Amino acid sequence: MTFHSPDLGKLFFGRLTLDDIPYHEPILIFTFIGVAIGAIAVLGLITYYRKWGYLWNEWFTSVDHKKIGIMYIVLALIMLLRGFADALMMRGQQAMAFGAHEGYLPAHHYDQIFTAHGTIMIFFVAMPFITGLINFVMPLQIGSRDVAFPFLNNFSFWMTVSGAVLVMASLFIGVFARTGWLAYPPLSELPASPDSGVDYWIWGLQIAGVGTTLSGINMIATIVKMRAPGMTMMRMPIFTWTALLANVLIVAAFPVLTATLALLALDRYAGTHFFTNDLGGNYMMYINLIWVWGHPEVYILVLPAFGVYSEVTSTFSRKRLFGYASMVYATVVIAVLSYLVWLHHFFTMGSGASVNSFFGITTMIISIPTGAKIFNWMFTMYRGRIVYDVAMMWVVAFIVTFVIGGMTGVLLAVPPADFQLHNSLFLIAHFHNVIIGGVLFGMFAGVNYWFPKAFGFRLDPFWGKVSFWFWVVGFYFAFMPLYWLGLMGVTRRVRHFDDPSLQIWFEIAAFGAVLIMLGIAAMLVQFAVSIMHRDKLRDTTGDPWHGRTLEWSTSSPPPPYNFAFTPQVHDIDTWWQMKQHNWRRPMEGFVPIHMPKNTGTGVYLAVLSFIFGFAMVWYMWLVAAISFVALLAVAIHHTFNYDRDYYIRADEVHRIEAARAGA
Amino acid sequence: MKVFRGLLLLALALVLAGCHTVLMSPSGDVALQQRDLIITSFILMMLIVVPVIIATLVFAWRYRASNQKAHYDPEWDHSTIVELMIWSAPLLIIIALGAVTWVSTHKLDPYRPLDRLGPGRVVTVDTKPLEVDVVALDWKWLFIYPEQNLAVVNELAAPVDRPIHFNLTASSVMNSFFIPALAGQIYAMPGMETTLHAVINKPGDYWGMSANYSGAGFSYMNFTFHGMSDDDFAKWVAQAKSHGDTLDQTAYATLEAPSEKNPVHYYGSVAPGLYRSILNRCVQPGPTCMNMLRVPESGGGGEASVSSESHAAMPMARPQ
Repeated sequence: MTFHSPDLGKLFFGRLTLDDIPYHEPILIFTFIGVAIGAIAVLGLITYYRKWGYLWNEWFTSVDHKKIGIMYIVLALIMLLRGFADALMMRGQQAMAFGAHEGYLPAHHYDQIFTAHGTIMIFFVAMPFITGLINFVMPLQIGSRDVAFPFLNNFSFWMTVSGAVLVMASLFIGVFARTGWLAYPPLSELPASPDSGVDYWIWGLQIAGVGTTLSGINMIATIVKMRAPGMTMMRMPIFTWTALLANVLIVAAFPVLTATLALLALDRYAGTHFFTNDLGGNYMMYINLIWVWGHPEVYILVLPAFGVYSEVTSTFSRKRLFGYASMVYATVVIAVLSYLVWLHHFFTMGSGASVNSFFGITTMIISIPTGAKIFNWMFTMYRGRIVYDVAMMWVVAFIVTFVIGGMTGVLLAVPPADFQLHNSLFLIAHFHNVIIGGVLFGMFAGVNYWFPKAFGFRLDPFWGKVSFWFWVVGFYFAFMPLYWLGLMGVTRRVRHFDDPSLQIWFEIAAFGAVLIMLGIAAMLVQFAVSIMHRDKLRDTTGDPWHGRTLEWSTSSPPPPYNFAFTPQVHDIDTWWQMKQHNWRRPMEGFVPIHMPKNTGTGVYLAVLSFIFGFAMVWYMWLVAAISFVALLAVAIHHTFNYDRDYYIRADEVHRIEAARAGA
Repeated sequence: MKVFRGLLLLALALVLAGCHTVLMSPSGDVALQQRDLIITSFILMMLIVVPVIIATLVFAWRYRASNQKAHYDPEWDHSTIVELMIWSAPLLIIIALGAVTWVSTHKLDPYRPLDRLGPGRVVTVDTKPLEVDVVALDWKWLFIYPEQNLAVVNELAAPVDRPIHFNLTASSVMNSFFIPALAGQIYAMPGMETTLHAVINKPGDYWGMSANYSGAGFSYMNFTFHGMSDDDFAKWVAQAKSHGDTLDQTAYATLEAPSEKNPVHYYGSVAPGLYRSILNRCVQPGPTCMNMLRVPESGGGGEASVSSESHAAMPMARPQ
């Protein structure tokens, strides 16, 4: 081997050249200009109103679980806009690209869009939504002051942001993956995908995955160790139960994803042959591993949503949740079974009949506990006094929609039926049916339900209902035609069609997507209107819905320490029971409260991770090495920070509590 | 009950209206059995789905807060009978569906040779299926007919009512071989072989495609599948054979290179063992050749003996 003197430019810039900036693609240029103007406006306003210090001190460096939870949800909403823009572009392309008309998106662009849509919607919309809601609600529900590891929580959040930013960067520097959201090899290996796309995907997910895994550990520790006295496992609110199991699934499943991505990265960077076609590589290993993570992931998303429905149904039906114990067992059974079904994602890849039947039947078995849950919500409404606030409307829409999605899911679990329906638009309709109808509807119910707890005022119900109807009707218009197209033998990820009889169905689907767009717009209007009318929508009680669980016992927004005194738990519906006994918030006898201090380390680590990820994508070895060393240095330096806590004095607690009682 | 019956009728009407879609009115017996299975499962699940949706809407309406006439029982949170029912009702449906699944998955296993051509039409013992070797290339389909010694790009034909035995592989990435009117799909994967047994019962031209995204040219990776009478098939073969091109190592190397929207192309003859060498990644001699990885049973394992063994199995693997 001969020694080449290192080319400094290459060492620094790697393979990044000016040609990687997509200035020849008008769609991207306009997007960039739009984003740039938006960013300048936002940054300008923050500077003009001198809010940088406030944002940095009160939010970015905050280790308060409530603020971190809110930031997660803001991230999810921002990424929802990006993911949905991708969806609109796909719907537009498929509605027009027939016969001689090629549509407006070349394969190069279209293939990035469907990959980005899936990746973003799962990892950077659904996941932050779930994590954010768990972060905000769960510690309050168990009567705790914060999560077990407050700094880790802040760090986890910023790692998720870092991954999201890296994925977004691919929009304007280089390309994103053109492989589908799970990047199956051999397509995602170097010979078929030599450019930066798959690398953006790998590093974006790896960095965000660090955050997700650590957050999972944090939440489990919190639920196991920090419940209020008297709250036995079988007295935990259902949302906390689902949060516990979702996080157990995270901790068990995400390391599999991390390892799988690491092996793929080794193939791409170090020339190994884990998943290649040749030299002993076996890509079926990747397909198995990715779904060993991927199927539990579905339940990671939907279990907390189930928890939200349980809380909302029981609160708005003014009635105890029907069948608490069977709800808990159903959740546990689903969590366990979620590891026994992964092969149903690839019945068509040549497994034998016995293997296929086994995984088909285990999949169907999951519908038993899920069905039991549906019945439990139904019987919670039975003999209730149901108040239809926006959150409860989402529950009813969810039950009807999710039952349909569940049914088509069981249909897909029958292997010979799946041979016809696999990869078809029937499948696409199915999983949007359960992820939108199950997960997203739940998140919207949750946002409407807990918003007054987070901010002290309700969300405007009128715009909430406008958004609700556009979303629900839009959903049916957008996805029912896809079931139909699936039966017509139309498959996914296709950019252009010849059969003109399909077009009308794609046009209906595109119309549905426009309705959903109006639903999203109405949701943004709802936030704006609610903030403007916050005095009218103000809730001074801390308990605007006549809630049943502990989070409603404290004031809204809760003080930094959540509870001046740790509550005592005697029942499942603790707060309901406390109200029955005319409990009043104590106004004296306060003691100093031990609190964690804010720190910027999470932000620093995330920024360095972003630089490291970006450098790895572009083979900037020098930058990668420096940022990695810096990453370690900052992490180690943080362990020497002994100034990490403080006390809120008793008179300060008294002042806060008095102000809230008087308000 | 009236609402219930109405909705059931509506569902049936939808199913009937769905009859004109290719999945609901296929032309091959395997797809037909898959269709029947989809309908059976659908009806089985409707038994529980329809009542659940109706009951949800009824409860949601009846127990609205403004309806003060409805019974209100805020402490009612348990009933053993109800709980038994809500666990056992889905359980019973799943037991039925599970049994259907186990039987049908084995009966319709794509690896299993056909035992019927259609309802009540048994395949006789001496029936020899039509052999077709399928190779998914970037981004076109190559169909090799070993019996007829011919190959076609992006067109497939078979006589009606004769079982077809497909062997599938791919050159570089995964694709899925799918003719909805004929039978469910099966993946075509590089370095691996999958199998599909099917039969077409009606003459006609059917849509075939790749159902798994495989890169830039994926959307045009389509072909027409002709179901033909025996005579027409013989004519089609003769017509295809009349093209002088031979699909040998060089021709395959040209064909394998990525290309889009390829027109139909016939090769009048095929170099022997080509499909095997594609499957074993041995068309070009080199380290990827799977047979080279195998240590020969005798001869001390030297370089020469390895290549001589691969020579015996893969004539194509040798440079000319």
